[in-house]
Amino acid sequence: MGLEAKLNSDGFLTTQLDAVVAWARKNSVYPMPMGISCCAIEMMASADPKYDIARFGSEVMRFTPRQCDLMIVAGTVTYKMSHVVRKIYDQMPDPKWVIAMGACTSTGGMYRSYSVVQGIDQFLPVDVYVAGCPPRPDNLLNALIQIQNKIGRTRARDFQNLKLPELNVIQNN
Amino acid sequence: MDRLTKDDVHPKILQKLLEDSDITIEDALENEMILNMGPQHPATHGVLRLLLRLDGETVIGCVPDVGYLHRGYEKMAENMSYYEYIPHTDRLDYISPLSNNVAWVLAVEKLAGIEVPVRAQYIRMIVAELARIASHLVAIGSFAMDVGALTVFLWTLREREKIMDIWDILCGARFTNSYTRIGGVANDAQPEALALVKRFIDEIDANLSECESLLNTNRIFIERLDGVGIISKEDALSYGYTGPNLRASGVEFDLRRATPYLQYDKIDFRIPVFTEGDCLARYFVRADEVRESAKIVKQCLQLMSPGEIKANLPKSVLPQKAEVYSKMEELIHDFMIVNFGINPPVGEVYHAIEGSKGELGFYLVSKGEGHPWKCKIRSPSFIHIQSLPHLVKGHMVSDVVAIIGSIDPIMGEADK
Amino acid sequence: MELKELISQKLQANFPEAEFEFSEFRNELSIKINKKFVNPICKFLKEDPELEFLLCEDVTAIDWAKRENRFTVVYHIFSLKLNFRLVLKADVDESDCAIDTVSSVWKTSNWQERETYDMYGIKFKNHPDLRRIYMPEEFEYHPLRKDFPLLGIPGSLPLPKK
Repeated sequence: MGLEAKLNSDGFLTTQLDAVVAWARKNSVYPMPMGISCCAIEMMASADPKYDIARFGSEVMRFTPRQCDLMIVAGTVTYKMSHVVRKIYDQMPDPKWVIAMGACTSTGGMYRSYSVVQGIDQFLPVDVYVAGCPPRPDNLLNALIQIQNKIGRTRARDFQNLKLPELNVIQNN
Repeated sequence: MDRLTKDDVHPKILQKLLEDSDITIEDALENEMILNMGPQHPATHGVLRLLLRLDGETVIGCVPDVGYLHRGYEKMAENMSYYEYIPHTDRLDYISPLSNNVAWVLAVEKLAGIEVPVRAQYIRMIVAELARIASHLVAIGSFAMDVGALTVFLWTLREREKIMDIWDILCGARFTNSYTRIGGVANDAQPEALALVKRFIDEIDANLSECESLLNTNRIFIERLDGVGIISKEDALSYGYTGPNLRASGVEFDLRRATPYLQYDKIDFRIPVFTEGDCLARYFVRADEVRESAKIVKQCLQLMSPGEIKANLPKSVLPQKAEVYSKMEELIHDFMIVNFGINPPVGEVYHAIEGSKGELGFYLVSKGEGHPWKCKIRSPSFIHIQSLPHLVKGHMVSDVVAIIGSIDPIMGEADK
Repeated sequence: MELKELISQKLQANFPEAEFEFSEFRNELSIKINKKFVNPICKFLKEDPELEFLLCEDVTAIDWAKRENRFTVVYHIFSLKLNFRLVLKADVDESDCAIDTVSSVWKTSNWQERETYDMYGIKFKNHPDLRRIYMPEEFEYHPLRKDFPLLGIPGSLPLPKK
């Protein structure tokens, strides 16, 4: 948004512009389903006719990270899988948010073992944690509403002049 | 598909290719490509990584890479008691969680020599068959979605929501319900739950036929799946196939008939068998099995009679919570069983059931302590994924998606 | 009863130099054999026209955590013709941690032996593709051994940076 970058002070126009942009962003959050295990089934269930996620604006679950703004990590993340999750998170364009769905992603869940990462916030910045094993689809929709409220409070200058992350790209894979 | 040689290529294109200094002419037209169908992919059912070696669009080799969901189940089983492990078994084949519960509890009861009352056995059979129906509905739905029929997925999920409502009332949780206990089931089946089951079973045939009417005579569906991913009878047995995949290749083998457990020898049901061994046969076997399971549940509802739901062995079976809070001996037994576990005799046992994907078996070695010395989970999905290189050879990349869907792997089970 | 006697008679007739130990628990027959004879015995059990043990259900190992004969490799095989399940066991010592592969007899044991190698460290001779299956290739330990802690060894598996 080039115009509001030029207007540095908080006038009437910029806050209204911010509000309109935030309203547009929060009502069309496209989730990127990082469905790994059992929570992925409840995420699919939140997209089925009974707990429709499309009525909240998340019309499609795009499987390519380049077109999404919300990543729902659903399922146990192991050390072997953590590199893949981080790679996909890096490929998402700004602004982006992360929901840690379920107990396994929040703290490692019921798996206190050698190969499970005890909480994905060890390598990803998380916005909303959802409790449950697996959380009911209503619970996930509640988390989506929290994310929408969070987006509604953002301003354009939060997303300007951000440092670009170093991509984890290996040339001769 | 014939390979292009450099004589077939238009000279202007050839010149353009040669201008790029990194490519030599041999590389441009005659190389093979390695494609990574990574762990994050909409069509692999879960986190399965496939490395495909392609010649154009034809697959000439495939290496599956599993282990992205390895959670250390077998190591955890050595550190927790038999009761504590029941919620863990839910998350193995997470589409039909109750059948894993039933398998684990049957293995432990075989090891400890506990007899379960008849009503509990019928309730276990009803929930296990409902779990099988739920699993096949998701399998059919996601398989059709992979091949292109997106509507069928939403219709089968709608049916599955009805099963989840039943589980919500019966077991207390919609999904990953740890309903079975060693010696019986957690609580009795309420009349409302049984009425819901009856209503669901009466309607499933018509609803499934509605979904099938979109697929069975659909020219695209049949042409995409007929003759794809064929596996012969001898190869299927050599690769260790069990369950619907084996029955689609012509072998009539069902553990509910071969080694009957619970009360399956009193129930009359048919085993659907197809001989072609391709993806279409596997789809038909699953659709027929849903109808057979509905028949089994109907007969169980008729044969079930009121009675006890937990065995009367105070030292091994957890008492009801209402009694724990009011009577002294039940409190002591509850304390001892939860903290020290049941102590089965020294020995080892292998028990397998006919899960929705195939033969799900638990191998338990006990040294007389409250936790197993070793627990091995024989998961059917792991065995089936092993045969993927054999199935996809010679097919196109889009057939790989259909083949994976027809095998129906669940990575929670395959990676343990 | 007759099935168990039939199998024991056939095995003892065809392999006179091998010692067998038969045991039974909860109506399941298990036979302990010497690890040198694993491949010929399995081949015989599969190809004999009366027995036909065509389905190999499971190949796994037990770690007894004692000084001698630390591991036991266990095979579960099933005969569709007789509806019978048989358990074969072979002891493997830690000093010579290798046993013959049966992947030439049943193709399904390929990955199961890879899993046993990954989890226990038992090598299978003449295996077409012996490498790790669940843990990443750089992992140095064998998780299901009794001396490996449940929570793992910190630093053995890398994590991406935040």
